[in-house]
Amino acid sequence: MRNINLVIVGGGPAGLAAAKAAYDAGERDILILEREAELGGILNQCIHNGFGLHTFKEELTGPEYAARYITEVINRNICYKLNATVIDVSNSKVVTYVSAEDGLVQLQAKAIILACGCRERPRGAINIAGMRGAGVFSAGTAQKLVNIDGYLPGKEVVILGSGDIGLIMARRMTFEGAHVSAVVELMPYSSGLNRNIVQCLNDFDIPLYFSHTVVDIKGKDRVEGVVIAQVDEKLQPIKSTERLIPCDTLLLSVGLLPENELAKNAEVQLSNTTGGAVVDENLMTNVDGVFECGNVLHVHDLVDFVSAESENAGKCAVDYINGIAPCRDKTVISCTNGVRYCVPTVLNRDEHYAPQSFKMRVANVFKKVELAVLADGVKIYGRKRPVVAPGEMENITLTAEQMQTLKQAKTVEITLIKGEVK
Amino acid sequence: MKDIIIIGGGVIGCGIARELARYQADITVLERGNDVSVGTSKANSGIVHGGYDAKPDTLKAKYNVAGNAMFDELSRELDFPFRRNGSMVLCFDEKQIDGLTELLNRGLKNGVKDMYIVKGNAEVKKLEPYVSDNVVAALVVPTGGIVSPYEMTVAYAENAAVNGVEFRFLSEVTSVKKDKDGFTVTCADGYTERAKIVINAAGVYADVINNMVCKRKLNIVARKGDYVLMDKTCGYLADHTMFQLPTKMGKGVLVTPTTHGNILVGPTATDVDDKDDVNTTADELNEAFAKASLTVPSLARRNIITQFSGLRAHLDLDDFVVGESEVQGFYNVAGIESPGLSAAPAIAVDVALNVANKLGLKQKPHFEAKRKGIPQFSKLSNTEREKLIDQNPLYGKIVCRCEVVTEGEIVDSIRRPVGAKDLDGVKRRTRAGMGRCQAGFCTPRIMEIIARELGLDMADVTKRGGETNVVVGKTK
Repeated sequence: MRNINLVIVGGGPAGLAAAKAAYDAGERDILILEREAELGGILNQCIHNGFGLHTFKEELTGPEYAARYITEVINRNICYKLNATVIDVSNSKVVTYVSAEDGLVQLQAKAIILACGCRERPRGAINIAGMRGAGVFSAGTAQKLVNIDGYLPGKEVVILGSGDIGLIMARRMTFEGAHVSAVVELMPYSSGLNRNIVQCLNDFDIPLYFSHTVVDIKGKDRVEGVVIAQVDEKLQPIKSTERLIPCDTLLLSVGLLPENELAKNAEVQLSNTTGGAVVDENLMTNVDGVFECGNVLHVHDLVDFVSAESENAGKCAVDYINGIAPCRDKTVISCTNGVRYCVPTVLNRDEHYAPQSFKMRVANVFKKVELAVLADGVKIYGRKRPVVAPGEMENITLTAEQMQTLKQAKTVEITLIKGEVK
Repeated sequence: MKDIIIIGGGVIGCGIARELARYQADITVLERGNDVSVGTSKANSGIVHGGYDAKPDTLKAKYNVAGNAMFDELSRELDFPFRRNGSMVLCFDEKQIDGLTELLNRGLKNGVKDMYIVKGNAEVKKLEPYVSDNVVAALVVPTGGIVSPYEMTVAYAENAAVNGVEFRFLSEVTSVKKDKDGFTVTCADGYTERAKIVINAAGVYADVINNMVCKRKLNIVARKGDYVLMDKTCGYLADHTMFQLPTKMGKGVLVTPTTHGNILVGPTATDVDDKDDVNTTADELNEAFAKASLTVPSLARRNIITQFSGLRAHLDLDDFVVGESEVQGFYNVAGIESPGLSAAPAIAVDVALNVANKLGLKQKPHFEAKRKGIPQFSKLSNTEREKLIDQNPLYGKIVCRCEVVTEGEIVDSIRRPVGAKDLDGVKRRTRAGMGRCQAGFCTPRIMEIIARELGLDMADVTKRGGETNVVVGKTK
């Protein structure tokens, strides 16, 4: 079995940034394993712009953003394999991949960075009743068909879910001459970026129905219409509000699920809240030398945050390879009062004090709140926000000094103060 | 003129075709769908019943028990998934335990072996640890089994084709006319053929076909059953196929492992007017799931992968109709609802023998009885996988990542006899698209492969033939 110092599973934005940072931290024995025929991951099908405002101060398209990092990887001569699918990662860090070129290969890694991204929640998982005609797609699948294959999924479209992919596809389908008659959202708020609501729906006069869902799909061979209904506070459909919207296509943007099948094989502890691994501030999981970053760790909305997070993972993976022992004494960060989750999930009680970014999402829309970090009940950091929403990830950066206080505290809490539910 | 036309490409039609293929005869199967196994045969519980449920001295009882015994050898010969996992009928009420005894006695009359009753929740839990605390007793039927019904049908069809049977698809039969020498069968697309023998295995439409020819009319009601499919991570929750003893609240639902490691729950029972109505409804899904939770309380909604429904061909005659009708040469195999799947191998052998004798057919000197299925990459050892990729690099390209299905398997499924022509056909033969992302990831890839293999434009690739094109055309 061949030995590799660092195996990175996934050559999308997360894997590419991690590879770049690992190289810059001095590691040369790196291998990226990518299942597609090209590097770039999901960005390759995200042909709209809006990527890179933070990282490059420019508005790039997905492929352009990916190209920036692909260039970095190629310039550094970092090894990568394409059309190579990892089918197993073991608890002892043996990575098994298959490719037409290499057959089945097993690698013994010193460190592994899982950068596998996520998959979309399908119709079956949310139990939409109805017929089985052609014309029901998850939004990402439709995006691939339109942007990569060059085919139009349908002409009369209804979209369930106001997450970013649904919003982007509303605009995309409209550009291709389809008519999007409605975006239907279960919650009373959108889970997507506000700028997408404006640029994808408002700008095209596409109606957005909050607190509604799809309860039935009509059409034997092809979708002929969907029945939508308003939902009550318990998110249950109200029968008297049912109405039929004729259409030939239903796009589903009903949630992204981190793709952690390989992590499960490796016995990585996962969080029920994020669907990704439980990690410390070094983005290391409970399995020594196995790291996670990007959408496989938690679903991001800005690729800039993915890149920053992944560069951290790359650097920390190299630290681990170079012998920095994992800390066994950890504090679990508790998220309270409307903070749904935070990454990292746990903190190492070591003496390594450096600036640290914390990413989090809230459980509801809150106005006039303060995002606060408490050490032993005492606020050591606070940031006032006029509005926070589940669809917009919040990012807090603490100084090395603040990290020292946190690491020495018995309890660490991230919370919302003076919250007002919208 | 053909010797035999079989109407219907489900498990019955394909089973009969395969058994008749042993003889020197010109046989054509006419199927209205785009593939075999697109009706009831792909949307059922996949159970090989023990045979205690059928009324004694009926064809249902006879064929169920005979068919059940044939599955070990048949599944080996034709290489389709089958497991004799055992069935259990669960009783939730002390006062109803007699109901179990009644089933046991009926089973004994029907020739079912090795059944026994266990009493007490603790005893039942020894066999099924996750069963509800409310179960007080159970009838255990070790001869019960599970099978992949569509893979069984495809295996029958492939083997029939390899041995010379012709299959015609999108061939809905619109008329069958009897004359002095045989029958004239006409299809919706204008295809017409004559045959000495017609075998009606048309599932929910068997009454329509029968009524074209026979004075004695049949009436088949499509009785819809909804199912809920759970993620493989739930697979540990059930090992036996567990039925609920019918109460005054009605027939219960079953909770069963599938041959692929999922848990299947259902079916409900709703009569529908439209023989194509495989609509699932929220009420029926909720009903199926709620009833199943009585058996296994720890079933969780968040582990549901998908729902589907199938139509039972319900004949109110209380039994199968199998054999030559009042019209010479016209055979009916109708009303094949439960235990139809279990009975299929025995029905196939019987009907084939019958027809062969009637026509005085000679056996083929070389009948290829064995059929090797598509190698399942996900089930192979690493060494076997390496060998496979070495022989054919397409086995090194994973297309369906949820079920770990390779391009090699997908191409194989298309190129085989009676090969896949659409997404659903690929799905049934390879499992690509049956995983937790429900084909979200692999659909465009499978479309590309089908288009390439069949020389189609991607816009012509369909979900299941006919007007079920996946996309509506090219972009601007």
